[in-house]
Amino acid sequence: MSQPLNSNLLLAIALLPLGAAAIAGLFCRVIPRWLAHWVTILGVAASCGFSCFVAYQVFFEQAPVFNGTVYQWLVTDGVGMQVGFLVDQLTALMMVVVTFVSLCVHVYTIGYMADDDGYNRFFSYISLFTFSMLMLVMSNNFMQLFFGWEAVGVVSYLLIGFWYKRPSAIFANLKAFLVNRVGDFGFVLGIAGIVYYTAQFGGASLNYVDAFAAAPQIAAQTFGLQGTDGVNAMTFICICLFIGAMGKSAQVPLHVWLPDSMEGPTPISALIHAATMVTAGIFMVARMSPLFEFSPYALNFVLFIGATTALFMGFLGIINNDIKRVVAYSTLSQLGYMTVALGASAYNIAIFHLMTHAFFKALLFLAAGSVIIGMHHEQDMRKMGGLAKVMPITAITCWIGSLALIGTPFFAGFYSKDLIIDAVKEQHHLHPDNGIVTYAYWCVMIGVFVTAFYSFRLLFMTFHGKPRWKEAAAAPHEHAAHDVHDQTHPLPHGEHDTVGHEEEHDHHGGPPHEPGWVVKGPLVALAIPSVLIGAITAQWLLFGGGFGTSIFFNAENHEVMQELAHEFGNWLSFTAAAFAHPVVYLVAAGVFAAWALYCKWTHLPDRIAARLKPLVYVLENKYFFDAINEKALAPLARGFGKVFWKVGDQGIIDGIAVDGSAKTIGLFAGIVRRVQSGFLYSYAFWMVIGLAVMLGWFLTRTLN
Amino acid sequence: MIRLNWMLVLSSVLFAISVAGMFINRKNLILLLMCVELLLLSANMNFVAFSRVSGDIHGQLFVFFVLTVAAAESAIGLAILVVLFRERRSINVEDLSTLKG
Repeated sequence: MSQPLNSNLLLAIALLPLGAAAIAGLFCRVIPRWLAHWVTILGVAASCGFSCFVAYQVFFEQAPVFNGTVYQWLVTDGVGMQVGFLVDQLTALMMVVVTFVSLCVHVYTIGYMADDDGYNRFFSYISLFTFSMLMLVMSNNFMQLFFGWEAVGVVSYLLIGFWYKRPSAIFANLKAFLVNRVGDFGFVLGIAGIVYYTAQFGGASLNYVDAFAAAPQIAAQTFGLQGTDGVNAMTFICICLFIGAMGKSAQVPLHVWLPDSMEGPTPISALIHAATMVTAGIFMVARMSPLFEFSPYALNFVLFIGATTALFMGFLGIINNDIKRVVAYSTLSQLGYMTVALGASAYNIAIFHLMTHAFFKALLFLAAGSVIIGMHHEQDMRKMGGLAKVMPITAITCWIGSLALIGTPFFAGFYSKDLIIDAVKEQHHLHPDNGIVTYAYWCVMIGVFVTAFYSFRLLFMTFHGKPRWKEAAAAPHEHAAHDVHDQTHPLPHGEHDTVGHEEEHDHHGGPPHEPGWVVKGPLVALAIPSVLIGAITAQWLLFGGGFGTSIFFNAENHEVMQELAHEFGNWLSFTAAAFAHPVVYLVAAGVFAAWALYCKWTHLPDRIAARLKPLVYVLENKYFFDAINEKALAPLARGFGKVFWKVGDQGIIDGIAVDGSAKTIGLFAGIVRRVQSGFLYSYAFWMVIGLAVMLGWFLTRTLN
Repeated sequence: MIRLNWMLVLSSVLFAISVAGMFINRKNLILLLMCVELLLLSANMNFVAFSRVSGDIHGQLFVFFVLTVAAAESAIGLAILVVLFRERRSINVEDLSTLKG
């Protein structure tokens, strides 16, 4: 038996980024730039190294699952609130993904944020984010999970509004925060449900292990109003928890914050809004698989939401022209795929897709960021084109990322996405009369075509075709935000070079150019796993027991994974078999359609758009989700607030309870004060009367 | 032999006179103070009467204390009255109504 995991090492993994964030954040006005990025990069690099070591121990030396409390915060009513770690295969995988992507983003940030005033602040935030995310994935109890959940939410809020002078950024971060509150409300209710029901079966507890142990008993309970049938307690808990996941992982209808979050700097879009934080919901559901497995209704709900997100958010990617927003919609769609896998009881495939997606989506975002740097902070794809010649490495890595995303055979995304589709298909065979599964199957199938189409639309519009930036450069260029940065550039040029800028940035236009190696390095580092990780890990991670006991399957739903294992064989045979399925041809069709419309006959898209005006109108307004939120839900909530404010607060509490009691006393005193005449003789008179009354009362009482 | 009842009637009459003096008199503060003294004396009368009837000397002893305190009280009362007169040029009770609510 191998040696168990060292709890101090686990603590160091979580706390190193926190320490680095504290140094860079608390002293951000004092310390020089090189110190800020070195301390945070070293913190995250050490954390990444240790995580890899832990993963090595867990996966290859079969270290026993670590489940222990590090610190007891408080005990109230028998419920302990602790800081504790649960490190099994699932956690170890997440730790490596989080720290590796975070490390790449740290390095990349040196290049991307080189001209920004908030350089040190930014590094502090991303390190803080890494800490929060690690706390979330390493947690062994709901309390800490919720802490991590909220902490990543706060950091996301801070980073979306990083450029706090832009009104649109402030609007976006507020929107993200508020939408996430809606989800968190459900999440907290779910946790409360867990505590309530564990109290009935073996003592109230926030620990995962206790909750999982009580799961079969909870599933036998019903919950509801008297006189109704009620709902299954487990279904209620799982749907509440999933509502939390919908907020964090941006599922319909709580997805509205994610596209707007692109107001933040690009490294953050890569780290938080593509690779890690948004996958927290997916991770949480996979971690809670012992609960979800007991509720088929909740799983169907998950499946439905996921399928809807996967398809309909993909459509939105087609009509957007902002390079980052296209990638953002693609993220939404891929999160939908992961959710579909969860709903189909194929949790480990969801996590597998989460991992591959983390690599290639971070890559795509960083490549988009590289393009944005090269284009002098221009994000509109209509003003790009032909960039492959001037930015070869960005173009190549972006091609790799896109190929992985659309599921080209042998690339990472192919294995994960094909397996999701297979899982849904298998579920469809097992439950042919379940309409939701059929719906999900069609959604993910069409989604494949859509994904390929918008990915290659992005590639062709950005890197190929006519270089439209030449015309745009002739027109006057807006660089307001940029010019401010220039004037307040606090560093001499010598130090600037040490951060890896090979060529000096020409801030005032000029032809696009490839950024320095701090930008290209992470692209290459992420491109490698984007190609290889799927083929290498698919078999042993999914079917070779790679996840050990960290993911639970209920016997009746287990068949999906078993059936898939029969079909899978090994990565080569799986790839070969894929050519017999329509998926690969859908991908090819999508790529061809994109090529035809955006490379060959570039006049066609406008004509098609003119033909399908109503459809385009719906898509351009994002299915009216924003409009509904802003025109209906927000005024409704404000109306409620106004009623409560005017009637409840000002009317009842202020008017009756607070001011009312004061006024009553005033009125009473106004009457009583007339007794005080001020004349001594009247006081004496009343005293005598009072004395006589009291004596009289006393005497009559004693005499009788 | 003086009967207890007579003494009690006397003390009640004194008490009633002093109380009536307080209420009826609305002009002179000195009269008010005198009424208070009379009130105390009527109470003293009761002490003495009961002490004599029950053959207990403590009641008469108590009277001395009461007289002492009454003397001190009227001294202070008169002193206040003098100061008041200097301030207001009046000892008319009707004018002294600053305690009015």
